[in-house]
Amino acid sequence: MHGLVNKSIQCFVRDTYGPEVWGKVAVCANVEHEGFEPMLTYEDQVTHDLLHAAQTALHKPMDVLLEDLGTYLVSHENVERLRRLLRFGGASFTDFLHSLEDLPERAKLAVPELDLPAMELRSLGDGQFKLVCSAEQSGFAHVMVGLLRTLADDYGALALLEYAGGADGREEVDIHVLDSGFSSGRTFSLAGEVEA
Amino acid sequence: MTEFNPMMLDRLMPMSLVTDATGNVIHVAPTLAKTRAEGFFEGRSIFDLFQFRRPNAVATVDDLLENADVPMRLAFSSPPQTDLRGTVSEGPGGGVVMNLSFGLSILDAIRTYGLHLTDFAATDPTMEMLYLIEAKSAAMEETHALNRRLQGARIAAEEQAFTDTLTGLKNRRALDHILTRYHATEVEFTLLGIDLDYFKSVNDTFGHAAGDHVLQVVARKLVSATGPDDTVARVGGDELMILLKGKTDTAQAKAFAIGVIKDLEEPIPFEGNTCLISASIGIAATNQFTPWSADCLLATVDSTLYISKNDGRGRATVYEHGMCRKMCSGRKDCVSLNLHKKRSGGRLEARSV
Repeated sequence: MHGLVNKSIQCFVRDTYGPEVWGKVAVCANVEHEGFEPMLTYEDQVTHDLLHAAQTALHKPMDVLLEDLGTYLVSHENVERLRRLLRFGGASFTDFLHSLEDLPERAKLAVPELDLPAMELRSLGDGQFKLVCSAEQSGFAHVMVGLLRTLADDYGALALLEYAGGADGREEVDIHVLDSGFSSGRTFSLAGEVEA
Repeated sequence: MTEFNPMMLDRLMPMSLVTDATGNVIHVAPTLAKTRAEGFFEGRSIFDLFQFRRPNAVATVDDLLENADVPMRLAFSSPPQTDLRGTVSEGPGGGVVMNLSFGLSILDAIRTYGLHLTDFAATDPTMEMLYLIEAKSAAMEETHALNRRLQGARIAAEEQAFTDTLTGLKNRRALDHILTRYHATEVEFTLLGIDLDYFKSVNDTFGHAAGDHVLQVVARKLVSATGPDDTVARVGGDELMILLKGKTDTAQAKAFAIGVIKDLEEPIPFEGNTCLISASIGIAATNQFTPWSADCLLATVDSTLYISKNDGRGRATVYEHGMCRKMCSGRKDCVSLNLHKKRSGGRLEARSV
């Protein structure tokens, strides 16, 4: 797994639960306290061990942990950059949903070694969508639920998100956009100014 | 066919404008309009609004159309004088349609004019470019940070290294650590200080590559002559040390040393040449001192080694009690004492028999 993924998990644990908890997780997962280099690649087993260590240390079911990770990725100030890059996907939440299919390619433009799971958005009409994620390792769709729920707020859209199960390397997320202009959301300036 | 309506340009080319035959603006698309106050463009001549840099002598619509295949460079006449790229085409009623873009000034322009995603046509790759600039900058920053950390780690690793990179033997730092540990855990041993004889002439005659090769051969010979618990270290250019763990019989150590010298005196071929070296060895054991200290042992071995050296090289000298009183106060004193004795014609006390 790419170091960016492992580093994200590390930052999520550290920024949300504090350095002591990260220290415990690092010991459990048998990784160094300094953690991961975001520009290097690690064995998949490392990510697996890391997530299980976090699950044990935080006493959370894996799906909740992964959803929280998704939320963290687009809401914490330490990873503001990721939110910005995602917001380049579209001017509205619905536009953004349609940009998800391009996301793995977009990610590769920036970091060629980064392999994100393929995503397919099926539009069911009336603001309803189904997002199909194809990944060797399950769990990615849980991260997407947390990430999309938070980004809907970010765009000021009112949306319902639900993990819709999965098997054989495919997972689904049901999305219902009830109101794309529900609130003003958070600002996104192309020029990257700090929010007022 | 529908008649040309300038409004059609608004979505396709939001940075475009349309003029009449005299060059006065009759329509301005929304993103371009956003760059100036409301109503700024309408009715004004494009030759007043913009400074044309390429082609540079244009004053009429006909001038512009004649140069339509030239990549156009221009800038706003009024501040902020953002640089622009442009293309023109014949428009309705003898005027021009001019499409503009920010080119490389895009980052400044976005800031200056507060442009958003929706200000660009969906087909315009500007968004992808902005995304790439931001994503690549972030990736580069991380890569630079990684490089800095790796550089720091490399320096730290070098400082902490225990291995001599040329020979793969332990280095001086490693030997010091072992001596400290053995002292703390009361491990007894015999220490042999080895100085290669004629090594300098190998270097001078056949070059440094030959010297390096000889050192590597010597290292292999010493490692194969010693056991797994013993230590072989390169502590200087042609200075080595062997630590025989758990052994304090200096007579045996001397026999071992003589064997080593014989082995090292075997000719070493290198690129068609034959390198000939020998070794001078000094020997001391921990049980010769009560209590022993690392400094004392190192100084003693150094001194006995110099005795071997001064005594004609290619030999081994074992420390004996009373050999040199000043030994433990430092190598220099010791050597000078011996040299003094030798110069003054006296028999070297330290000479082993």
